[in-house]
Amino acid sequence: MMAASSSRSCLQYVFHLAQDNLDFRLPEILALLALREKPFHPDGKFKEKSPYWCLNGLSEVDVRAIMARSVCAKSAFELWGHGHTQSELRTSLLNYPLENMAPFMHKDSKYKINVYTFNKTLLFADRIKRIDALDYLPFEGTVSLKNPQHIFCMLEDYGSDPNNIPEHPNYIYFGRWIADGQRELIRSHSVKNRHFIGNTSMDAGLSFIMANHAKVKENDLVYDPFVGTGSLLVACSHFGAYVCGTDIDYNTIHGKGRSSRINQKWRGPDENIRANLRQYGIEKMYLDVMVSDASKSVWREAALFDAIITDPPYGIRESTRRTGSHKEITKPADGIYAESHVPVTQAYHLSDIFTDLLNFSAHHLVLGGRLVYWLPVYRPEYCEEMVPLNPCLQLISNCEQTLSSHTSRRLITMEKIKEPEDLDSMVHLADPRFSPYQGHNAFREKYFSGLNKRRGKEDNKSDFNGV
Amino acid sequence: MKLLTHNMLTSHVKGVTKGFPLLIKATEVKVNEVEFNSQFVSRMIPKLEWGALVQAAEEVNLPGELVPNYETNEDFLKKVHRVLLEVEVVEGCLQCPESGREFPISRGIPNMLLNEDEV
Repeated sequence: MMAASSSRSCLQYVFHLAQDNLDFRLPEILALLALREKPFHPDGKFKEKSPYWCLNGLSEVDVRAIMARSVCAKSAFELWGHGHTQSELRTSLLNYPLENMAPFMHKDSKYKINVYTFNKTLLFADRIKRIDALDYLPFEGTVSLKNPQHIFCMLEDYGSDPNNIPEHPNYIYFGRWIADGQRELIRSHSVKNRHFIGNTSMDAGLSFIMANHAKVKENDLVYDPFVGTGSLLVACSHFGAYVCGTDIDYNTIHGKGRSSRINQKWRGPDENIRANLRQYGIEKMYLDVMVSDASKSVWREAALFDAIITDPPYGIRESTRRTGSHKEITKPADGIYAESHVPVTQAYHLSDIFTDLLNFSAHHLVLGGRLVYWLPVYRPEYCEEMVPLNPCLQLISNCEQTLSSHTSRRLITMEKIKEPEDLDSMVHLADPRFSPYQGHNAFREKYFSGLNKRRGKEDNKSDFNGV
Repeated sequence: MKLLTHNMLTSHVKGVTKGFPLLIKATEVKVNEVEFNSQFVSRMIPKLEWGALVQAAEEVNLPGELVPNYETNEDFLKKVHRVLLEVEVVEGCLQCPESGREFPISRGIPNMLLNEDEV
């Protein structure tokens, strides 16, 4: 009994990851491990781009909890054996402690074995051959394809080059299936079927990934300062957070104006963020949305939010505006604005958006709380030093999603490590590392000039320097 | 607008030094039932400005003093829950206590935008 419990405590698990959003996978799994205060202990063969990761130091409960959140992972298995060849796999499996296998192989049990191949399709007959070859394992139960109590899986990795598929797999794993990840959310929460959407609604998969990077958990309070149609709030509230948001656009917040759907001209009466949460049965997580300008904070000075998660406007499909005017203001004669008065807005420079966002987060996040946001970059000029910094926020991850040959957006995750002091707000004046995004003020111009006028690189460069 | 949100809002009119709490001038208030969650309410209590909440909730019978060991006092937490999450101002406005500037609330949504001469 002692031996059994000690060998079970050092089990290895193999995670099968989806091969899209490659950059986003490791930060997601790291964040989900951190939520359970578990370390990341991959085995020696770990390759970030591989579809299979072997992890040590976890319990089955940890693995189930991570699969209950992960959008990047497809499934997780308790690893029983592995090797470069079938014969190595056999040796490895025969060395696996029998007492670890026995509870899942007794004669009253029903089971099935799946064969999963990466970068190769096997004929049905070959799959059966693989399963038959496992006759050295002491399965005593009966096979049930419909109602198995236990599912086992052989995972074969044929590398990542579809033009050069080897005859034999590069590596083979065998294990007991523990749980599937949350890939299903990508379909069930698709913006195609969502009640209220806009031109820039965030895709469901990325919204959930952002919520995971932000370590959003049950009973958190989460805020989106550029809330739009609330896609990020939908994802955060799905994981049990109470959510609120603000946007400068009155029509979006009130769900008025033109529809973003191709076959519908105007938005319907109940197209709003609250109705979106209601659609998914989580209206109870809705706090409020307000019409407000992110550059003029309306929140009292306190560490209110557990996470701030947002997709600021880049000025491509939504404009970057804030209230205020460069012109001399002409007040109405009586000094009173009509209720319908629309304040004059002026351009809100991208670099200011990010400086303000980081500064706001430093003041309004709880210690350990996370800021997750998208930073648009012009790829030919991008370098890591361009990512805005703040003395109270530590950079956790920085993942690229390519948008075109010359533009991309980077998902930036930061964690609050200390409360702001008076001097911190001055630091960007003294240290250029704290205000490096200046060159990106012209992101919009670069985006369009690159898109419309494909000229020589040198030509472009001189042009951009003049912007 | 829920009273939890109100408890976190301040006036941001230029030059105002004491913009909290905003005065609630409601013309329509409703009570929406929301599932009670004692853990969330307990987590929010340390973040609240209690005096402002009591002031905002005079009509819903909230105890004037924060009780000790509130995490285990379900009766008390349910009262706080009602005030924070169930009472909603549908129509009316929020008024800056210092400048008198009013921010309209319509269909439950406050409009906190300032005019160009106020920023």
